[in-house]
Amino acid sequence: MREKIIEGRIWVLTGSDGRIIDDIDTDMIFHNKHLHITDISEMGKHALGNLEGWEDFPEKAEKGDIIIAGKNFGAGSSRQQAVDCFISLGIKAIIAESFGAIYKRNAINSGLAILECPGISGVGLNNGDIISINLETGSIKKDGEEIIKARPMSSVQMDIYQAGNLFEYGKSMGQQQD
Amino acid sequence: MGKTVIEKIFQSHSGDEIKAGSVAWIDLDVRTARDFGGPNVVKHLRENYDGNYLEDPEKTYFTFDLSVPAKTIKYAINQQICRKFAKETSMNIFDVDEGIGTHVLIEKGIVTPGSTAVGTDSHYNILGAVGAFGQGMGDTDIAFAFKTGRTWFEVPETMKINVEGTYDWPSTPRDLTFAVMKELGSSGMLGMAAEYYGDEIEKLSLDGRITLASQTTEMGGIIAFIPPDDNVIEFMSRRAGRDVKGVYADKDANYVKEVHVDVDKLEPMVASPPKPTNISPVSEMEGIEIDSVFIGSCTNGRYEDMLAAAKILKGRKVKKGVNLRITPSTKEVWAKAIKDGLVDIFINAGAVVFTNPGCGGCAEGMPGLVGEDEVELSTTNRNYKGKQGPGKIYLVSPATAAASAVKGYLASPDSTGVKD
Repeated sequence: MREKIIEGRIWVLTGSDGRIIDDIDTDMIFHNKHLHITDISEMGKHALGNLEGWEDFPEKAEKGDIIIAGKNFGAGSSRQQAVDCFISLGIKAIIAESFGAIYKRNAINSGLAILECPGISGVGLNNGDIISINLETGSIKKDGEEIIKARPMSSVQMDIYQAGNLFEYGKSMGQQQD
Repeated sequence: MGKTVIEKIFQSHSGDEIKAGSVAWIDLDVRTARDFGGPNVVKHLRENYDGNYLEDPEKTYFTFDLSVPAKTIKYAINQQICRKFAKETSMNIFDVDEGIGTHVLIEKGIVTPGSTAVGTDSHYNILGAVGAFGQGMGDTDIAFAFKTGRTWFEVPETMKINVEGTYDWPSTPRDLTFAVMKELGSSGMLGMAAEYYGDEIEKLSLDGRITLASQTTEMGGIIAFIPPDDNVIEFMSRRAGRDVKGVYADKDANYVKEVHVDVDKLEPMVASPPKPTNISPVSEMEGIEIDSVFIGSCTNGRYEDMLAAAKILKGRKVKKGVNLRITPSTKEVWAKAIKDGLVDIFINAGAVVFTNPGCGGCAEGMPGLVGEDEVELSTTNRNYKGKQGPGKIYLVSPATAAASAVKGYLASPDSTGVKD
């Protein structure tokens, strides 16, 4: 059983004006010039490499960190690498105002914990804060106090997350006939 | 309660009860991967399963369209990984000569109205142009679809888009598309399905429908259906070699919202960098100096787009110092453009490169990237920073692109004196 409560240090994806950035697209997350990379361990060093002000993210990020993002995070292309680059760095969860539709599927299928949380950009979170997230209830806490509630994971999302990824989930529910 | 198009298509492909908000398993008629995504699909299959990789090789395709033919060793290796896998499993392959996968699936009648299809292409919802369900996915999702022939979906709510009014040349289906995007913005369709209605929608040719459907992802949409008219049904039946039927919404279907888009006396529009939804009339932006022009992509690489460019370029010259590149979307479009003499017109206009079919410079796959400080007018789908090089990209219709190539600056098609 994977943990349903995640605690970690956060990175709030803000721009030079200090505001949380909306519409971060998959080219900003994992630029198309690296699309030929198929080895997940090679992907982390390019994470956010085309997002102004965040080019050094792979050096700063540590295993277990959590990302806070704005609206429509992961807009654009279908590239799995835009999810896998964060898994590569050991990022544990992404909380965003909303996600691009394909990005959301890719993240769920890869077993990366993602939560949609309208209002997260307005609760005064800063880089380095430590928060805890309850994936089942959506409750997000700082210093033991609930600061906002995200939409909890859907049942399919939780099942895939618990199985590890879509392949494992498929095996466990007999979707795949050999 | 009646059903929307997506609810009907899903219901006919699922044993689960379909209603918006529920999660359902859907059978997939067509599953594809491109040269982008394909090698990772193969890797996932080989790592997770011991042989027996495909539920049905007949329904499974590689469609090479990104780097065609391979421009780097890495792409060449990746394509070869796919070719070997296709040979081993007897799955289908459209190789580097065929063109953009989604367009090829329509032209060959592999995807028809009411089909369900998935592929490693974020513009896979282009298939909404023929009233089919298409969903772009990452390589994990697609590997699972190759293996099982099905996948899970959260059934999206549907919004209704009523396009009102009429317009004439020099505005084109791309300008209609811009009008919708200006109204909805980058997340106006986020997580939703959509259905288009209106007089100008009904008038759209298949090529125009492809243009409109190709921008669904840029508005955050899952899929946007254009109800097939008689022309589309006739075309698809001919290509599929059997009678196909459209799937249409019930009169009492439930829509989450209804949006009106006014296209009355629509002017040619332009989307300024770095977002495809940064839209304003060309008349307000006229005069921006340009270095290069691109006509092509899954959005505007159809025969009618070639024809719109040819009409303007006939007997005219591209402005000295501007380079114009034209990339047809498929081999069929490419061959017809040659046969009908369009390529002669392009060559006589000077400074034109007419390439083999494919995605063009999008995702830096094919030759024709944009250098630092370069300003390009392009008919492609996205102008995100760095999408096809560091330069600035303005998105326009093929007619506006061709007229501007002649002028040397952003200009409306009617500035050339060409009449419809």
